[in-house]
Amino acid sequence: MSYNGGRDRFESYLIDRIVMGVLPPHEINRMARVTVTRPDLYESDGSPITGGLRDPHFGAIEPGEVCPVCGNTRENCPGHFGKIDLARPVLIPYYTDYINIVLQATCRQCGRLLIPSEKAEKYRKIYRRLKEKWPRLADNFVKELRKEAAQTMECPYCGARQFRIRYTRPIIFYEERPEGETRLTPLEIRDRLERVRDEDLELLGIDPKRSRPEWMVATVLPVPPLAVRPPITLETGMKSEDDLTHALAEIVRQNLRLKNFLSSNAPETMIEEAWITLQYVVAAYIDNELPNVYPLTQKRVRTLKTLAQRLKGKEGRLRGNLSGKRVDFSSRTVISPDPYISVNEVGVPVDIAKILTVPMRVTPYNLEEARRYVLNGPYKWPGATFVYKARSGRKIDLRYHRNYKQMAESLEVGDIVERHLIDGDIVLFNRQPSLHRMSILAHKVRVMPYKTFRLNPLVCPPYNADFDGDEMNLHVMRSEEARAEAEELLLVERHIKTPRYGGPIIGGRQDYVSGAYLLTVKNRFLTEKEVVRLLAAAGYKGELPEPAILAPKKLWTGKQLVSLFLPKDLNYTGKAKINSGPLSCDSIDCFHDSYIAIYEGKLLMGVFDKSAIGAEQPNNVLHVIALEYGDSKARELLDTMYRMFIRMLDMRGLTISLSDVDIPPEAREKIKELVEEAKKEIAEMIKEFEEGKLEPIPGRSLQETLELKIINRLQKLLKDAGQIATSYMDPFNDVFIMAKTGARGSDVNITQMVAMLGQQTVRGKRVWRGFRKRTLAHFKPNDLSPEARGFVKGNFRYGLRPTEVFFHAAGGREGLVDTAVKTSQSGYMQRRLMNAEQDLYTAYDGTVRDLYGQIVQFKFGEDGADPMMTYHGKAVDVDRLIERFGVIKEASK
Amino acid sequence: MFEGDLKKLVEMAKKILPTSIYQELEEKVINSEKLTEESKEKILREALRQYVLSLSQPGEPVGVVGAQSIGEPGTQMTLRTFHYAGLMEFDVTLGLPRLIEIVDARREPSTPIMKVYLDEKHKYDKEKAQEIARKLEYTTIGKVLDDFEYFLGDNVVTLKLDPEQMEDKGVTVEKVIEALKRAKLGEIQVDEEDPNTIYITLSERVLPPEYMYHVSAYKDIENKIKKLYLKGIKGIKRAIIQAEEKEVDGKKVTEYMIMTEGSNLAEVLRIKGVDHKKVRTNNIHEIASVLGIEAARNAIIEEIKEVLQSSGLDVDIRHVMLIADLMTVTGKIKQIGRLGIAGQKPSVLARAAFEITAKQLFDAAVKGEEERFLGVTETIIAGLVPRVGTGIVLLTSPGITSVGDSGENQEEEK
Repeated sequence: MSYNGGRDRFESYLIDRIVMGVLPPHEINRMARVTVTRPDLYESDGSPITGGLRDPHFGAIEPGEVCPVCGNTRENCPGHFGKIDLARPVLIPYYTDYINIVLQATCRQCGRLLIPSEKAEKYRKIYRRLKEKWPRLADNFVKELRKEAAQTMECPYCGARQFRIRYTRPIIFYEERPEGETRLTPLEIRDRLERVRDEDLELLGIDPKRSRPEWMVATVLPVPPLAVRPPITLETGMKSEDDLTHALAEIVRQNLRLKNFLSSNAPETMIEEAWITLQYVVAAYIDNELPNVYPLTQKRVRTLKTLAQRLKGKEGRLRGNLSGKRVDFSSRTVISPDPYISVNEVGVPVDIAKILTVPMRVTPYNLEEARRYVLNGPYKWPGATFVYKARSGRKIDLRYHRNYKQMAESLEVGDIVERHLIDGDIVLFNRQPSLHRMSILAHKVRVMPYKTFRLNPLVCPPYNADFDGDEMNLHVMRSEEARAEAEELLLVERHIKTPRYGGPIIGGRQDYVSGAYLLTVKNRFLTEKEVVRLLAAAGYKGELPEPAILAPKKLWTGKQLVSLFLPKDLNYTGKAKINSGPLSCDSIDCFHDSYIAIYEGKLLMGVFDKSAIGAEQPNNVLHVIALEYGDSKARELLDTMYRMFIRMLDMRGLTISLSDVDIPPEAREKIKELVEEAKKEIAEMIKEFEEGKLEPIPGRSLQETLELKIINRLQKLLKDAGQIATSYMDPFNDVFIMAKTGARGSDVNITQMVAMLGQQTVRGKRVWRGFRKRTLAHFKPNDLSPEARGFVKGNFRYGLRPTEVFFHAAGGREGLVDTAVKTSQSGYMQRRLMNAEQDLYTAYDGTVRDLYGQIVQFKFGEDGADPMMTYHGKAVDVDRLIERFGVIKEASK
Repeated sequence: MFEGDLKKLVEMAKKILPTSIYQELEEKVINSEKLTEESKEKILREALRQYVLSLSQPGEPVGVVGAQSIGEPGTQMTLRTFHYAGLMEFDVTLGLPRLIEIVDARREPSTPIMKVYLDEKHKYDKEKAQEIARKLEYTTIGKVLDDFEYFLGDNVVTLKLDPEQMEDKGVTVEKVIEALKRAKLGEIQVDEEDPNTIYITLSERVLPPEYMYHVSAYKDIENKIKKLYLKGIKGIKRAIIQAEEKEVDGKKVTEYMIMTEGSNLAEVLRIKGVDHKKVRTNNIHEIASVLGIEAARNAIIEEIKEVLQSSGLDVDIRHVMLIADLMTVTGKIKQIGRLGIAGQKPSVLARAAFEITAKQLFDAAVKGEEERFLGVTETIIAGLVPRVGTGIVLLTSPGITSVGDSGENQEEEK
């Protein structure tokens, strides 16, 4: 048995299989230790009533209580079942669907399947063959067979006439006899079911060995042990019973009533009524949300949670407690950034390190170390909280055993010490929503002061984390296997590449990008002092390269510094992010420095920006290095070179001011003219529309045509205005740098700050609702002009008008609502996808199978390649190979 | 790992690499005249190494990774219905709703659309294309009807046709009369002066005398007449011609194709002039029944790809293929969800843990099902190790015991 915190009380076995079946009455009688006859629970002196639902024979649950059945205390007593003998049989909901099938398909007199014997024999052969090979087809076969039997109106065996059976969910059956519709009582039903032969049941898809149909009509009801429905004691000392106990009490009550009526020869109608009530109560005990059944309630307000409710849904037993569990050895706190720890690391506050512990088995090699931890005790880091003595099997809590010195000295090989978390421990780190496997990664612990988890900002993309108050969870693994597996497979550096599209998911964002750009731009020359500062940030140890400029002052370029970190045989060419618009180039022949060329590890030309070092940029420098030089080389880069990028920003500074988003008056004048022009054109369109002269787009109404045309025109206006605005801006101001390099913001954002916000839309249309025939009281009814329908010509620099603020808010609100709706929808879709796909894996032969053995693909993705190991989907990127190794003939001569 | 000279390497590459990669290598490397022998060798060796390393490892939970890869970007998708790739005529469902529709395997997409390409004879001529479009569009009398007049108590009703619409749809008065005759409403007469006015003397069977004064009776007749079929294909609500500038053999030509709202693949394929190799629909079930399950599988891939692309999301095609294959392995399109794959798993616990918990358990009891703990959900419920990933390894070592104080003794001490 392995150590699990000393909580083993029983021998443990692995489950091999579970056989499902209907619990037969004799089995219930056999296992019952109590027969419940009384609905009340306690005597007046507070002791449990014998024969009540709190009978001690249900098992010991109070501390110190000894079970009268097994003699154990509550720790070891497994709990024992009881039973309720029902005065008359009762149908169990859900089983009634099958009772219905059996009643329909068998003779009401002799109980034989309503299919002649030779035919039945033939069917049986087919059925058995199907069942073996294609169980799903067998199910369909049974369905057809049932239909055939149900339509037979005369028994081929005894010749008895059959009547149609009408079944009203959940528990009522009628038979349409010639003299009229008659309700079938559970007694009659049970009689009929008893007559059905085993071999006939097989053809109805029912396993007669495990579920005889008459067992589905309950004559005796099992009562679960108290451990299943434990009473709770409130602070006031009041006992409060579990919902199941309440429901069972109601069954006992109704059962007693029926019993009394029966023994006192009450009128038939009263008996009937009590019987039906009992049936409904039992139905509600099984499932309190059945249609057409009055739910059981407590004081007529709270509906009770009965058996089905315990299992169902997200918080139910299956999804809430079995598929997912709450765990110990975990913690949660706010995260904050620390670019100076490795991406593989996580900063853990000392306060947490002192609570989370790792079990450490004492060996001759670590005995001294273990003693040191024990000596420190539970309150001083690095200490220990528990000692598990192998010899005595006792677990000692160091919080109460204060003699640490004695404890430390008594440590011997084989003992287990629960020691604090220390630097280098492997832990799992997670941020919800856990949408992909990169949402839980293994980090190495770095114990630090203060109260937050520290995270290298480069690891934000896989978690989708930021530091505006995000919290994350940390889990400590307790077994060596788990730790080994985590370190090999889950470590952050193993997930630089994402399997989603074959690109890097870890990489620079925001400051890293603008920093990299500012470091590697053509005009960046650095003094020795600056170079040293930058390289120190990266932890560079080695010689400085030859300066690019020797006199009058030694100066280095940023590209030289970057080159120090690149693999010495790296060849790479590719476009930079800034390679667009006026700065675009298609080859190495590039004047704008927007085409990256790395030859033998030297960045010869081109700037580093989002396209080179960013996250989620397939085939960029980082990705290529991770693929070709290994994950740990890529990680090394993240831990060294990338630090230089942010140090560059520390040195230079990066900020925006109002002047960055301001343009000269003549530019504003120009934009105004554009707006006037567009407005005029649109007024023209509206006039045409009102006069009915507008030519409609085929398949669209006039109104729709007009709207489409207006929206298109306004979109063009926005684009033109943005272009004018940007043409007047300083292309080297920080806002521009950020947008161009892909660090933050886009052309749209700049346009909105500098020029205008443009048309606001609600549901993809111009704003149209609000007041009658107009959007706001500021406009005349039926005004179709841009201003009246949500066009915002203001910008963030000079502010919006009141109506514009309103329209902007309307558009913004829609966005918020959208996100809220989307998350729930896509969440459900992902759950279903996961459920459908989770059993698929690549087998040793390269086929994709599910765990039940079905082959789904002969080769995963037709070429067998794992997308994570590809160049943006290409298992082998020939062009990249030529780039790497392609020596041209002449050149080599 | 891969030794030998160029010839041997080429042979290996041919054997091991997927044909598409090999062909690219052959074209760009092996047959290249610029590259040196040595670098060719290097490239081939590295190509082989890379391919073998990239292979999905045994146990890799490709399903889970696929589900995550498609589900994770779901949050970034749009919820809106959009105009079709720049065309103003159509609205088309894209983004998350469309993706859900596809994996749900709905019978009918919420915006069914067909792209009907035409054959050589028809695609360069607008008139001919228009003619086919007219053949496609499902047209009833209601579409060309301008006005329907009646007087209470009079068994003669007047139909006024809309000449503009008639021309647009390519319908003649004769055709309308034919349709009316087929419906056997009564005697039909065309106005002598205005050919677009038709009188129908309703027979007693159609308008029984006792209903002569009921407005609803006339309304019913009007609706009936409006629904009378003139021409076209059922399900095609609209057909619109699209022009595309193309260059064929250096010449600029305008190609025409037809976009339709509504879909009916089987019937459209029958129309002459349609390039049946190129016709497309977004109704996957239709494809399955007309062209077979392999075609449906490809359609699912294409449709998902289009949704992802339109939302600007980057997802490896392999994940999409896996979903499509999973939905179609049985030969029928199965939904992802409780009515399809998730609801048909052999494991009771897996089904119960997904949805409709109670019913699953009762059904399993009656059928006497056995839970064998093979799938992921069940194994986790039972606290076992799922047989995927590192759990695929069944061979384990008891560990190495060494150094004096042996492991065995420790076990006993406990």
